[in-house]
Amino acid sequence: MITKTREPAIRVQSITKSYKDLHVLRGVDFDVAAGSVFALLGSNGAGKTTLVRILSTLLKANTGTATVHGFDVSSAPVDVRKSISLTGQFAAVDEVLTGRENLVLVAKLRHLKNPGAIADDMLARFSLADAGNRRAATYSGGMRRRLDIAMSLVGNPPVVFLDEPTTGLDPQARIEVWQTVKQLAKDGTTILLTTQYLDEAEQLADRIAILHKGTIIQNGTLAELKQLLPSAKVEYVEKQPTLEDVFLALVGDASDTADEAAMSAGGESR
Amino acid sequence: MTVHVLSDTGTLTGRSLRHILRSPDTIITTAVTPVALMLLFVYVLGGAINTGSDESYINYMLPGILLITIASGIAYTAYRLFLDMQGGVFERFQSMPIPRPSVLWAHVLTSLVANLASIVIVTGVALIMGFRTGASVADWLAVVGILILFTLALTWIAVIAGLSVKTVDGASAFSYPLIFLPFISSAFVPTDSMPGPVAWFADNQPVTSIVNTLRALFAQQHVGNDIWIALAWCAGMLVAAYAVATAIYRKKTS
Repeated sequence: MITKTREPAIRVQSITKSYKDLHVLRGVDFDVAAGSVFALLGSNGAGKTTLVRILSTLLKANTGTATVHGFDVSSAPVDVRKSISLTGQFAAVDEVLTGRENLVLVAKLRHLKNPGAIADDMLARFSLADAGNRRAATYSGGMRRRLDIAMSLVGNPPVVFLDEPTTGLDPQARIEVWQTVKQLAKDGTTILLTTQYLDEAEQLADRIAILHKGTIIQNGTLAELKQLLPSAKVEYVEKQPTLEDVFLALVGDASDTADEAAMSAGGESR
Repeated sequence: MTVHVLSDTGTLTGRSLRHILRSPDTIITTAVTPVALMLLFVYVLGGAINTGSDESYINYMLPGILLITIASGIAYTAYRLFLDMQGGVFERFQSMPIPRPSVLWAHVLTSLVANLASIVIVTGVALIMGFRTGASVADWLAVVGILILFTLALTWIAVIAGLSVKTVDGASAFSYPLIFLPFISSAFVPTDSMPGPVAWFADNQPVTSIVNTLRALFAQQHVGNDIWIALAWCAGMLVAAYAVATAIYRKKTS
């Protein structure tokens, strides 16, 4: 799983993409080091999804080049697809199939041996074992997202794209996704993550790039980005618990609610 | 890669067949309308229709009913494809190393299986209602072959619809003209009973030649030129629809 190449796992050079008069990407450049977590930060409409779609071979750029895991996205899309997985904004699960069948389907399409065993392993890893034989349509939002990410990780692709993985999730589900991302990063997977939540980038990313109006306006580590502003002043502020702190304290920690969600049929708890 | 075209198409076909098994209503509802039409025509209207042949009316109209069954069945093909495109499932497949044609072919093969199932149901009801044929095995093979060709042609039209429509309603509405086409053909009444321009249209649209061919095969009569016209229509529609559908698909996925 750990990429041996010292070359960047993702290299984006002068990528542009326009729809008629709408210039979504106006020349984007950045590298993502192998085994690192790279967050692409931007408001809605900044072009994050367009860029992810280009890198995952769903869309062709107008100009510029991009390589993923050493393969050019336009001239070697099949090799790119073998090296990546994409988790889009909307959970891409088959609702008619059960969670387990979804995982088996992906394992078969990746031509892995023992798709059933891989599926069971993933269900356990993502706290979905109890819900494995239920149709995905009955899952709560958080469970569906976990299944979605589990499906993306079948076959351990070396490069993972997560396009706004926590949009629309409640705080616990969000923390669960964060834990997954951290674990993946620890195992050496290269992760490109888009988000509009600043704390998410802060929590997860080794490097953060800010995409604004189709170009990267800043790219650096969190410490580097913080230096862009005047140095911190010492102020005394009474530390009030945030509503999120209160909420999480009241409903218990993330793993408890995962079990609770697995047991409630319609996911009304969410 | 080429090896995977077959195995991946198989895997994906298994997936959509499972969808049908979990909602068998799609096959039943496909069969309900043709069966209702059959009851209506045989027991209500049929007595007043002079087909100019000695055949029983149900023997006369079953070919048209089978074509209506297929025309309404393919609406579900467009619907299933549309739902895949709407959800993220389609994009997941596109971002995986799956040969691109496999995704469409899985829907096409599923459509074929579902429509053949509906046809078996409708034919079964027709047998109960008194449909009889002395068709030989070769005749039956010819009938099934033409029905498969017709299903494939209409399925690729459904693929165009499924890839292009913007709403669920659109995914089924495109099939209405196709369902209606047999009514302006030789399916229920002889075309020479129609006024000039209508008769001309009826004689020169695909359904009439296909219906006449199936009817002749069931009645063990000489199929004549109709079979070649029918095959030409089916093959022509199939090739044209396939070309358009794959062009749209390529545009969508690049």
